[in-house]
Amino acid sequence: MTKESAGRDRPWLMRTYSGHSSARASNELYRTNLSKGQTGLSVAFDLPTQTGYDSDHPLARGEVGKVGVPIDHIGDMEALFDQIPLGQMNTSMTINATAPWLLALYVAVAERQGVDPAQLQGTTQNDVIKEYLSRGTYIFPPQPSVRLTTDLIAYTVQHIPKWNPTNICSYHLQEAGATPTQELAYALSTATAILDAVQAAGHIPQESFHDVVGRISFFVNAGIRFVEETCKMRAFTRMWDQIARERYGVEDPSKRRFRYGVQVNSLGLTESQPENNVQRIVLEMLAVTLSKNARARAIQLPAWNEALGLPRPWDQQWALRMQQVLALETDLLEYGDLLDGSPVVEAKVQALIDGAREEMARVEEQGGMVACVDNGYVKRELVQSHTHRMRAIESGELQIVGVNCFEKTAESPLTAGGDSGILKVDQRAEQEQIASLQAFRAARDQQAVASSLAQLRAAATGGENIMPSSIACARAGVTTGEWSEVLRDVFGEYRAPTGVDIAASGGGDAQAIDAVRARVRSTGEELGRPLRLLIGKPGLDGHSNGAEQIAVKGRDAGFEIVYEGIRLTPGQIARAAQEEGVHLIGLSILSGSHLELVEDICSELEAAGARDVPLVLGGIIPAEDEEALRNMGVRAVFTPKDSDMNTIMGSMVDIIRQSNGLDAAV
Amino acid sequence: MEQLAAALGAGERPAIATALNLIDDNRAQAREQATALLDLIIEPDGAANHLVGLTGPPGVGKSSLTAALIDVWRGRDLRVGILAVDPSSPVSGGALLGDRLRMKTDPVDDGVFVRSLSSRGQFGGLSTEVWPMCLVMLYCFDVVLVETVGVGQREADIAHSCDTTCFVAQPGSGDSVQFLKAGVLEVPHILVVNKQDMGAVATRTLSELASSVQGEHPDGNWNVPVLATSATQRTGIVELADTLQAHHRQLADSGDLQARRRRYQAHWLLKRLEENYGRAGLRQLGGADALLAELCDQPGNPLVQYAQYQHRLSAARPPAD
Repeated sequence: MTKESAGRDRPWLMRTYSGHSSARASNELYRTNLSKGQTGLSVAFDLPTQTGYDSDHPLARGEVGKVGVPIDHIGDMEALFDQIPLGQMNTSMTINATAPWLLALYVAVAERQGVDPAQLQGTTQNDVIKEYLSRGTYIFPPQPSVRLTTDLIAYTVQHIPKWNPTNICSYHLQEAGATPTQELAYALSTATAILDAVQAAGHIPQESFHDVVGRISFFVNAGIRFVEETCKMRAFTRMWDQIARERYGVEDPSKRRFRYGVQVNSLGLTESQPENNVQRIVLEMLAVTLSKNARARAIQLPAWNEALGLPRPWDQQWALRMQQVLALETDLLEYGDLLDGSPVVEAKVQALIDGAREEMARVEEQGGMVACVDNGYVKRELVQSHTHRMRAIESGELQIVGVNCFEKTAESPLTAGGDSGILKVDQRAEQEQIASLQAFRAARDQQAVASSLAQLRAAATGGENIMPSSIACARAGVTTGEWSEVLRDVFGEYRAPTGVDIAASGGGDAQAIDAVRARVRSTGEELGRPLRLLIGKPGLDGHSNGAEQIAVKGRDAGFEIVYEGIRLTPGQIARAAQEEGVHLIGLSILSGSHLELVEDICSELEAAGARDVPLVLGGIIPAEDEEALRNMGVRAVFTPKDSDMNTIMGSMVDIIRQSNGLDAAV
Repeated sequence: MEQLAAALGAGERPAIATALNLIDDNRAQAREQATALLDLIIEPDGAANHLVGLTGPPGVGKSSLTAALIDVWRGRDLRVGILAVDPSSPVSGGALLGDRLRMKTDPVDDGVFVRSLSSRGQFGGLSTEVWPMCLVMLYCFDVVLVETVGVGQREADIAHSCDTTCFVAQPGSGDSVQFLKAGVLEVPHILVVNKQDMGAVATRTLSELASSVQGEHPDGNWNVPVLATSATQRTGIVELADTLQAHHRQLADSGDLQARRRRYQAHWLLKRLEENYGRAGLRQLGGADALLAELCDQPGNPLVQYAQYQHRLSAARPPAD
């Protein structure tokens, strides 16, 4: 390897999406990662922070510090970046509904470090549209959400010029089932919806609007079909250039460049034979680096064990080393674009562009991306695509090594250790966070808090840019929950369409589904009424794709499905189970808070007198927690390795039969 | 059953759930119990409470509107029961019941109860269980609202089984106006254009609807109002609740409510008999018109009445199906 040889491209930014337990623990992790050669930071926030609740809010129970770091106030943010000079760091924050707030905290911490905010570099994800479609950490209705997004954009373009104010995400669309064409169409339609909104808001003078276009960046997914994915990136580059030129009149080519960061696909990572995920991740990384003209600016790779639970520092290091080997050892960065002039690539790119343009026209016809979120169109299309994918896996048409072919495996030494190969979050983290939050609240200047919150309310109501008053709140010691509460009060809350109202369609194993259907029907007859299931997601985790697929499949198997959607409290679940007279409750939990949530739900069911309704659980549940869950009364646990949906449906019928004293064999 | 009826009278949530499950249960023993329960709870003159039907095309915001109405009614200290009906899949017989999602009610409030139902093959119509379930709910709540998807002829069902029918129209969709003009849509008592926040297009639909329903409702003594609401912005909801109440008061004052409720039950019986015994069955019982007239004169337990007709028919000959 030759260091910095002439003509060699500079490597992309290398990050690892991380954060857990507390600001202090995450800070240690960041500093270790930086010392290992990571060149930027990517902050994962916990779900209460992402959905605007303080760590001591009842909905936050069990979620604090689980999927990311809890940030309740400026003190936490300061601890998170302790000994990390913000003036020299490039920090990406995966934050959406509360993005203006976390950026305000970041700016306030920079001030305390003596750094001019104008020097700050980094990214706020700040794309709420895809939250409605996939990730689920939205709070407000679409209109005020778009307004907050555009406020942040307008503010940074004027005051923090090197900041990427929004990362339009096609990443989560692919996780929700989008095809490459849909990814292109919906991400680009989102980008134009946001830019149009910035233009309409009139904060930015027309003559400098090209600066806004130039600051828009994207966050993209790369799946295992890496040839098609490379073509997708080339299509993105070409389409964005055209949109910037034709729709927004941007002359400067550098401001029309499709700048994007990547996290490669998690949807395709498997729980069975998880070591195979390493080669999947490497191939997926190729998709976004191979073509120089469409190469990623920043890459973060998942760890091989993501489908099992939280990765440990060593797992993250391994993911970082994959990037380093490709960028530093191979000769990839020594050449120009390898794919220019390939007729095969060109034809594929053109086909993707044509398909995406058609779909963009359909979105435009219905009033644009925001309207298509609200009317459920895009969500329905995504659920449909995901259902096709699941059916293809079931029928074996789509082969996944170790899942539906070559399932036989030797014992893996990687998961044999005492920790089962995953990271355990310290159970005391939540209590410690709550205690420090309450001490912080008691010690601050209450007057300053009240007056800055009043300023925030006035800005939210009056239409003034939300950033200056948010930064004032950050300095005054306002908490995440307080900031969000004011905006909840002004803007209201929202529940997005679920998309599960798609038509039943063919495909999959017809014989298997017919057999399940017959059992659902006959068991219903024996019990006097059609079988009813309650499907829902407790806690703050909004990754609803799994729950939606189970709901659709359940309907197709003949169950009456009461689908309650995301962010349910244990009380709401118990109540719904009772009012709806369901035969079984199916819960989906991916955030790692299953033990706390299930415990609470069981006691709520007990209190409601509905403890006899059997409970099953699906999600990312470490095998070692299964016993504890079963002891609480959970009848079955389904994890990503249970990929055959007909089998899952069949097990649910078995459990219903058992709980009602019916013969198991039928 | 006395115990269950008493618990229902006290508005206990587990009891309401149990009673609805019982009504839904087709096993012989459950049918007997359900019949016994209805005997205990049917109130011969329980007209103080209000049975509302809310219908309209998919996606128009019925559930959000229902949620907004629940808040207004709870603010007025009225106890509210909701029966939310969604279509079933013609292929599998299964259904996705997603209305609860938008009716995020206070989890500790015992004054609201939501039961979702599948139309069980009756698209836009009401399945067999709805009327007896309404009777249970009317015993427990001040307001009972039945929400259904209605796009054309089939919502006749709901017009025939509620005190006040409210049709919710989508701004910019000419369908509702066309249906009304063509007489395909039963004239509702109240027309609502939801999504008022869409602006000009909502205003246009509002005026189109207003001009197409000018005048008195066929029931008499009621001019059909056309209201604009926004469930998301919570505008027009209080006015809608007031108008619903005004219609209920008008029915109660006219002394017509008892007769109407008997008519709902008569329609339910007629439909069930026709479903199970066909037109031939109805002819055997004297024909649809005569039967309807006969049924309208008979208050009582619908399950007992159905069993009596069933008996008459099976005594004469085996059922047609």
